Amino acid sequence: MARYFTEEHEWIEVDGDTAIIGITDYAQEQLGDVVFVEVPDTGAEFAKGAEAAVVESVKAASDVYAPIAGTVLEGNSALEDEPELVNTAPEAEGWFFKLTIADKGELEGLMDAKAYKAFCDEL
Amino acid sequence: MSDTETEIEEQAPEKLPLDAWHRAQGGRMVPFAGYEMPIQYEGIKAEHDWTRSSASLFDVSHMGQLSVSGDNAAQELEKLLPNGIANLGEGKMRYSLLLNDEGGIIDDLIVTNAGPHLALVVNGACKWDDIAHLREHLPDEITLTHYDDFALLALQGPKAAEVLESIIPGVGDLTFMTAGLFKFKDQHVWVSRAGYTGEDGFEISIHEGHVETLANALVADERVKPAGLGARDSLRLEAALPLYGHDLTLETDPVSAGLTFAIAKARRETGGYLGHAATISRLDGGNTHTRIGLALEGRQPAREGALVYSSDEQVGHVTSGGFSPTLGHPIAMAYVQNPYCEMGTDLEIEVRGKRLPAKTVPFPFVPHKYHRKGA
Repeated sequence: MARYFTEEHEWIEVDGDTAIIGITDYAQEQLGDVVFVEVPDTGAEFAKGAEAAVVESVKAASDVYAPIAGTVLEGNSALEDEPELVNTAPEAEGWFFKLTIADKGELEGLMDAKAYKAFCDEL
Repeated sequence: MSDTETEIEEQAPEKLPLDAWHRAQGGRMVPFAGYEMPIQYEGIKAEHDWTRSSASLFDVSHMGQLSVSGDNAAQELEKLLPNGIANLGEGKMRYSLLLNDEGGIIDDLIVTNAGPHLALVVNGACKWDDIAHLREHLPDEITLTHYDDFALLALQGPKAAEVLESIIPGVGDLTFMTAGLFKFKDQHVWVSRAGYTGEDGFEISIHEGHVETLANALVADERVKPAGLGARDSLRLEAALPLYGHDLTLETDPVSAGLTFAIAKARRETGGYLGHAATISRLDGGNTHTRIGLALEGRQPAREGALVYSSDEQVGHVTSGGFSPTLGHPIAMAYVQNPYCEMGTDLEIEVRGKRLPAKTVPFPFVPHKYHRKGA
């Protein structure tokens, strides 16, 4: 298993042909209190960079993009009752959705944890 | 991930007198109304809840502090505002509206009879347009002054009075919508018992050279924490207080906005202010929409711009909306066609193609706690 990060502050955990996607601790910190998350329906297909989910904080609504192309296996139903999981466990229980990866080649160019940390330190 | 509601600023924002202080307090600064302003410190919800239970310090120095003076200043101002101004007692404050010829709202503001002059506090984003409008319409012998070297702090919450009294003795005698001159460490400060959060509280006008000392004295009290624009917005939404540029614009009018209390009864027929003809026709049944409150089920907020439906008919649009930390569900203000404004009407709000059930509810969403005379 390997975890990658995007410049839009998503994380993607890859295990074989599937991936789990969420937003980073840095992102949830920027958003503030999350009050609602809209996750994609099972079976939805996304191109890389497509709007796949929406996260609403007290302040504003923000889009979450698919970091790679794929078909949604499931959205995290726990977020329906507990959207605050995005604040308390952004890189674990607060995941957004699982994908079947369409093209593993698209993982090229994503950052690893170290590169992502360096990226955030520059912001 | 991207923030879809980021405001685009045309010019580099200016810095407030307390800019460095906000950053030292952990404030996250964002561009707003031409200034870099703190949106939050520890978090919007925490700051919101703290304001409702203790006292929060807001920096509202972006607002315009103006004065109008000279012979007949009140009478001249009455030609631009629909309220009574000449009958405003010394130290008394009144909410008012600047209207254009069509009765559209140029800005909302607070007028205070400050003794030698009438003090005006106007919105930060509108202040230059307001100054131009006032200067254009007021006679040359009326002096208009912009106190751009004064900061404005708001201390809001149920513990605001006891905290401020300990720092500026005498302010506890003020009641809601009254103001006076006080002293803080030998400096004159102008204190009013008002705010825009629905809580009891004060606004303190102080020269920019002394504002940091005052801010430090306030947060040295453990009952006070700094709060940002984010909490200010969620608080004023719960209090159902309209926000200029959102709930009030040139396209809205006092009748539709539910602000007829700002039109003096004596002047409803006689007029004598800019925008009277348009306003009177709306008072006589010519208005079609009204600003109302909507409570949403579930947790998904409806934001500004979302359309309101009754069955398949679009009957209104949301002008402010968000999640209410106090109530635990989303709320929204909307302009809705009059037949659908009755309390308890079931409506729907469309958010990203999905219809969310909503019900009309009375204003304010959360009760006001102002310190009124005799209370």
